[in-house]
Amino acid sequence: MELYVRIRKKLRDFDLDVEFTARDGVFALLGASGCGKSITLKIIAGIETPDEGQVIFNGRTLFDSDKKINLPPQTRRVGYLFQNYALFPNMTVAENILFAMSGTDDEKNLKLKENLSRLKLDGLENSYPRELSGGQQQRVALSRILTSHAEFLLLDEPFSALDSFLKWQLELELLDVFKSYGNAAILVSHDRNEVFRLADRVAVLNAGKVDVLGTVHEIFSRPQTVAAAVLTGCKNISAARKISEDKLFAEDWQLTLTAKKIPDDLKFIGIHDHNLELRATAGENTFPFEIVRLVEDSSHFLLMVRVPNSDALPIRWQVNKKFRRADSELFLHIPAEKIILLNR
Amino acid sequence: MDSPLFISLKTSVAATFISFFLGIFLAHEVVKLKRFKAIADAVITLPMVLPPTVVGFFLLLLFGKRSVIGKFLLQFDINLVFTWKAAVISAVVVSLPLMYRTTRGAFEQLDQNIIHAARTLGVSERKIFWRIILPNVRYGILAGTVLTFTRTMGEFGATMMFAGNIPGITQTMSTAIYSSVQANDYDSAFMQAISLIILSVSFMVASNFVSWRNFMKFTIKRPGLR
Repeated sequence: MELYVRIRKKLRDFDLDVEFTARDGVFALLGASGCGKSITLKIIAGIETPDEGQVIFNGRTLFDSDKKINLPPQTRRVGYLFQNYALFPNMTVAENILFAMSGTDDEKNLKLKENLSRLKLDGLENSYPRELSGGQQQRVALSRILTSHAEFLLLDEPFSALDSFLKWQLELELLDVFKSYGNAAILVSHDRNEVFRLADRVAVLNAGKVDVLGTVHEIFSRPQTVAAAVLTGCKNISAARKISEDKLFAEDWQLTLTAKKIPDDLKFIGIHDHNLELRATAGENTFPFEIVRLVEDSSHFLLMVRVPNSDALPIRWQVNKKFRRADSELFLHIPAEKIILLNR
Repeated sequence: MDSPLFISLKTSVAATFISFFLGIFLAHEVVKLKRFKAIADAVITLPMVLPPTVVGFFLLLLFGKRSVIGKFLLQFDINLVFTWKAAVISAVVVSLPLMYRTTRGAFEQLDQNIIHAARTLGVSERKIFWRIILPNVRYGILAGTVLTFTRTMGEFGATMMFAGNIPGITQTMSTAIYSSVQANDYDSAFMQAISLIILSVSFMVASNFVSWRNFMKFTIKRPGLR
């Protein structure tokens, strides 16, 4: 499968201007809320119309502003899984699934039976959506899509309305669905871990533009931009400039650091809060620190630390609960190979 | 000669019938409008905020023998002023805003994602309207119908102006009460008022009962479930 999307649309706060190609596998649009990711999905489905651009699926033009093609959602053959599932409240589970199905009654009933058991909905066929749990509703919405003529899946924040335990269950189920469905889906999410677990490729969306695009591993290990670093979970970002081949100065943190392969156009650096280390002796990238705040989390301490007696921006640091304020001086170590170098 | 009660009922049923379809249609169209939504809304709702006598006066001007429409209709030998049809038109104009407003509110409260979902599933617009939109706004429509009917039963001002108060033709319960009081016949006025109250109350009770029954039917779990 190949889905090419190039769209432009004036929105209230910014201009949406994205271009990407999604191929086999799960393609994720990762972005903060209000970055334009949901509207991109709606444009692909034909629910929203862009000002200009193209949407082409497997050589079939769904939208083309130049050629004045704009297929209605009905003929686009996309399966859209809504955040709130959007089941028809006036219909039972069976009616919801049968409603958009085509074929003879026998065919439809066979397909219904297959899908009910496949998505563990047996015995619920006569229930109304309001009688179902969030997970069950999502499975009904999925089977409604799977039995329709949809050729690829669009998932709009599919787990955001669920609690974390249920979420994990459904994620596993959804992965199975992807496999049996030929793995063609676009996932919209603001949850980096969800994206990492489910997607193969990811585009980071920031204020209506694709910031970076690549495989999940590429983007998460080398985010390249501040927006991508923040969205992939980096809590510490500082403006930075290159001093020499292997030295840089982190302006917000007021630290001179050693790092590898520093690009000339370095603008920012980042470090994950779990990659910082505690040391007993001073050394390279190892500094004395003062604790600005200490917050106890369920599994560790969160420290906000900075250069002693300075007005530097505090660094968030995730420390093992064995940490105790000792008599001897302790040092913060920033591993050189863990520093994320960002050029915009 | 038709009694005021019969004329009232006949007028209300006819007017409610027209307002029902017209109101749903207008609500559905106005919700879809992108521009002129506020203007369309104001024009349809206007009769609700104007005194009914003003509405009746304008209807009289609009369909009178000297107006363009009146002259046009006269060519086909149609005269509306002071006829039963005028009573129906008055009742429609005055009650339509209630039907339209209530239905529109229901349309707007409907989760748009349900409609989007149906579209992406390939369901035709016609089927979406009849099988998804209408069933899900039925309580709004029912409420609008009840309001419309009771409003038409109580209609006085516009009817008086446009249809007159002709016994046996356009004299409804509410205008008959007025005539009785004018003629100092308080006994008749009292009886007519009581009948009107009984009629309206029983209609409200009946409609509440119907909607309650529907509601129960819808939420009670079917036997053999789970």
